[in-house]
Amino acid sequence: MKERILINPVTRIEGHARISIYVDDEGRVQTAQFHVVEFRGFEKFCEGRPFYEMPGLMARICGICPVSHVLASAKAGDAILGVQVPPPAAKARRLMNYGQVLQSHALSFFHLSSPDLLLGMDADPAIRNIFGLAAEDEEFARRGIRLRQFGQYIIEVLGGKRIHPSWGVPGGVLKTLTAEERGQIASWIPEAYETMEIAFGRFKPVLDRFTDEILHIGNFPSLFMGTVDDDGNADFYEGRLRFVDAEGNTVADGLNPARYQTFLAEASEEWSFMKFPYYKAMGYPAGMYRVGPLARCNVVDAMGTSAADRELREFRQRQGVVRNETFLYHLARLIEMLHCVEKIEELVADPDLLGEQIRVKAGRNNNTGVGSCEAPRGTLFHHYEVDDDGLIVRANLLIATAQNNLAMNRAVEQAARRFVTPGRLSEGMLNRVESAIRCYDPCLSCSTHALGHMPMVVELRHVSGELLDRLDRS
Amino acid sequence: MDTVRPRLATVWLGGCSGCHMSFLDLDEGLLELAARADVVASPIVDNKEFPEVDITLVEGAVANEEHLEHIRMVRRRTKILVAFGDCAVTGNVTAMRNLFQLEDVLNRAYQELSQQVIGIPAGNNIVPKLLDRVRPVHEVVEVDYFLQGCPPSAAEIRSFLIDLLDGKADPSRKRRFG
Ligand code: SF4
Repeated sequence: MKERILINPVTRIEGHARISIYVDDEGRVQTAQFHVVEFRGFEKFCEGRPFYEMPGLMARICGICPVSHVLASAKAGDAILGVQVPPPAAKARRLMNYGQVLQSHALSFFHLSSPDLLLGMDADPAIRNIFGLAAEDEEFARRGIRLRQFGQYIIEVLGGKRIHPSWGVPGGVLKTLTAEERGQIASWIPEAYETMEIAFGRFKPVLDRFTDEILHIGNFPSLFMGTVDDDGNADFYEGRLRFVDAEGNTVADGLNPARYQTFLAEASEEWSFMKFPYYKAMGYPAGMYRVGPLARCNVVDAMGTSAADRELREFRQRQGVVRNETFLYHLARLIEMLHCVEKIEELVADPDLLGEQIRVKAGRNNNTGVGSCEAPRGTLFHHYEVDDDGLIVRANLLIATAQNNLAMNRAVEQAARRFVTPGRLSEGMLNRVESAIRCYDPCLSCSTHALGHMPMVVELRHVSGELLDRLDRS
Repeated sequence: MDTVRPRLATVWLGGCSGCHMSFLDLDEGLLELAARADVVASPIVDNKEFPEVDITLVEGAVANEEHLEHIRMVRRRTKILVAFGDCAVTGNVTAMRNLFQLEDVLNRAYQELSQQVIGIPAGNNIVPKLLDRVRPVHEVVEVDYFLQGCPPSAAEIRSFLIDLLDGKADPSRKRRFG
């Protein structure tokens, strides 16, 4: 017999979700389920449409990281054409991707998480948001808003539109930068560095106040996966995949993302619209792996840029090379933001970026194509099969957030074990359980190819299904 | 609306969040907006019970039974309801699955593209039941204004909201097209 606690929906994460916690006769937590309740069906309804239409359509999977979908989709298109994109196009794609990771991480850190981190998890919910933060420290909130704006600005300058730019195409991109635009992007950089310094300065002391959360929110061993370049440095645009385990041992390296189906598989469960990817060799659910900022910081030899590497070394000194604590996703996110600013600086100084050859044209040469890149929340794969006319026969999308699904469920279970008092629900517990999920910054629009609003209901149920308690914040 | 501070809400049905992101693209305009109105319920603030509000922006189409229930409740508690973005206005991308049988759409994702099928998330009490046909918001509740675009640009959102707060919203926005 067990009971179920249902938390619905979790606010301030991008998407719909609810949580059930099952407890036994003594009220001890048995399992927890993180339910994603939205579904749109991109894998089916793209059928019959031309592959060159996919970047524009697939962008609509997610308004937060449309650029990742545009890029993965365009890269799958490159593979169907059978071409290499010219260097100016590849660099412009990289630049836009850094802009996007930066804006998405800024949203996660400043708009969504910093109210908890800086105002405290037990602060009045009415002020625990970006507006409350602005009332408390307008300068800090303004900086966060402007940092996100910088990322969005790069996307707009290149793609003509901040959200869903129709810009990345199979074979390249539609536009690159003028010298003047390049100068405008460069003019934002000093302020971005300053904001990062302030953000690190504010966040590091906070870590010491959250020792309990760090130890009890999602601190468990798992595999980690991320993309590295030939030197083992972070690469958000292309490279080979590497898996490390909880002790930092390399489990697999040099994996070709186009062959993802040989090492990754997905499971479906009836209680969530988000599927459960796993590392094939270890089976389901033992093959749990994590992706995203913490995973990338754990798999790379180095970030490959000096300031971010200084922070990464300090991060690793805190406790060994591999960090298992979910809470540290926040710190990893800051390191990556700094890395993005450094990479943007490097790219805008690169003369290739002004090159004129930004697109190669070809007909359909292959019937399948896989495109992969590092999205803000982890590795993303688009896989298309087309007929001889280039119409989509089948599409498989393996989304970053979904790859954290098993880990999010584990994190919720762990937080519930620590913070649920037998037979009763408390507001403080809700916040902890919710924050276990928020660490992953799940973008549920992506992972179920859908999204929605996010109030919160927790139901506490006996294993038999009998309802014992219910807290409703929706 | 000028004696008490107007209360603004945003809700999210079946959409990609892009319309909400475009709202955040007001950037520092957000702080200006916060000086004129209270954002009382939204995915970007901590939600409580959905309160009585003056203005609600609705992103997304009506895709499942919970959306249907939710939007009806929101309508009852909202003075001015705005279909915010193309998914809300026409169904847009969210409604593209209407061209297929729902069962086929679910099977593709959870059966054919899955290596371990433990269950299929449909027809149970845990996840909401999907509607056979995704519908735009105005088919389900009365809509006062339509803000087109996928997503509407931040500049449009801003000028629309400011006009609305000033009590002089563009009457052409009462039409779904044109
Ligand atoms: S209208 Fe466009 S941007 Fe808005 S929710 Fe729909 S797909 Fe996303």
